[in-house]
Amino acid sequence: MSWMTTISVWIIPCFLLIVLVTASWKKLPSYELFVEGGKEGVKLAFSLLPFLVGMIVAITILRSSGALDALIGLLTPVLTFIGVPPEVLPLALIRPISGTAALGMTAELIQTYGPDSFIGRLASTMQGSTDTTLYILTIYFGAVGIKKMRYALKVGLLADLVGIIVAIIIVSIVFG
Amino acid sequence: MVNLIWALMAIVGILYAMLNGTMDDVNKAIIESANEAVTLSIGLISILVFWLGVMKIAEAAGILKLITKLLRPLIIKIFPDIPKDHPAMGYILSNFTANFFGLGNAATPLGIKAMQEMKNLSNSDTASRSMITFLAINTSSLTLIPTTVIAIRMQYNSVSPTEIVGTTLIASIAGVTSAVLIDRYYYNKESRRK
Repeated sequence: MSWMTTISVWIIPCFLLIVLVTASWKKLPSYELFVEGGKEGVKLAFSLLPFLVGMIVAITILRSSGALDALIGLLTPVLTFIGVPPEVLPLALIRPISGTAALGMTAELIQTYGPDSFIGRLASTMQGSTDTTLYILTIYFGAVGIKKMRYALKVGLLADLVGIIVAIIIVSIVFG
Repeated sequence: MVNLIWALMAIVGILYAMLNGTMDDVNKAIIESANEAVTLSIGLISILVFWLGVMKIAEAAGILKLITKLLRPLIIKIFPDIPKDHPAMGYILSNFTANFFGLGNAATPLGIKAMQEMKNLSNSDTASRSMITFLAINTSSLTLIPTTVIAIRMQYNSVSPTEIVGTTLIASIAGVTSAVLIDRYYYNKESRRK
């Protein structure tokens, strides 16, 4: 599956090339636009800070006490049987509930197991490939006053499940 | 729910440490991990500044508009209940495009606008078919480049921080496709019952 790694390496430089060529051709002030957009990036990173501190501290307490390993140890036989690496179970469970919480867990997993380990790659893929179902449901339905959501929650959670299963399969195939 | 989970993680951890004599580790972990998280957040600045800066140029250069145009025929098929030229369609398309390029902050207000327009169409407080389809696609997050994840991988010295772009793209395409299919399934099931 080397083409997949090639895509991963080429995609950002090629996208940058297309953007800059188009902007220059249209005589846009690309550098000024870049700086303007970049300012939002600074704000975004700082707004994530308290979320990451809170979540990483909580999960580190759970891990360093030994409780997380004990819990994972209990579930290992069942999870290995169905092919799920037990280490990513907490992340899979929290992903549909809170995006920032999941981001904190992903960071902690990458730190603990290393970014280039199987768990690190799987956590990265899982974090990037699904979104926070409950948050989106609450925000969007809440904003326009929808009271009966019918089968929306079922569809969202099932799609998350499929996303996580596909993440496990694809990471096993490409990096396994 | 997040509040409960968050508090429980710390509570269970501290209680477990009391019973198993790992309080030393926990005490150290609290201080060190807070520090670690701050370093991580600061590290996120680099890639977020770069990406949002590039996206600002892309937006001004009309690249987002072009993608919106390309997506249109597909989206019309996925939302059969919305008239082709209704404003809801425009907001749905802009929301998907913003999400695709990792512009979450821009996507949310567009999404709310889309929901409002869909509510104008259905005129009730029950979720319409299009609303559920819209949510289903949103919750499975089709993203071209997962910037924050790449930034975190950089922070922890990955040999190739972007190597997960391909797997992420495949997993999210599968997620979106299944979201649309699962949505269709439940819609058909409910209509049969009536």
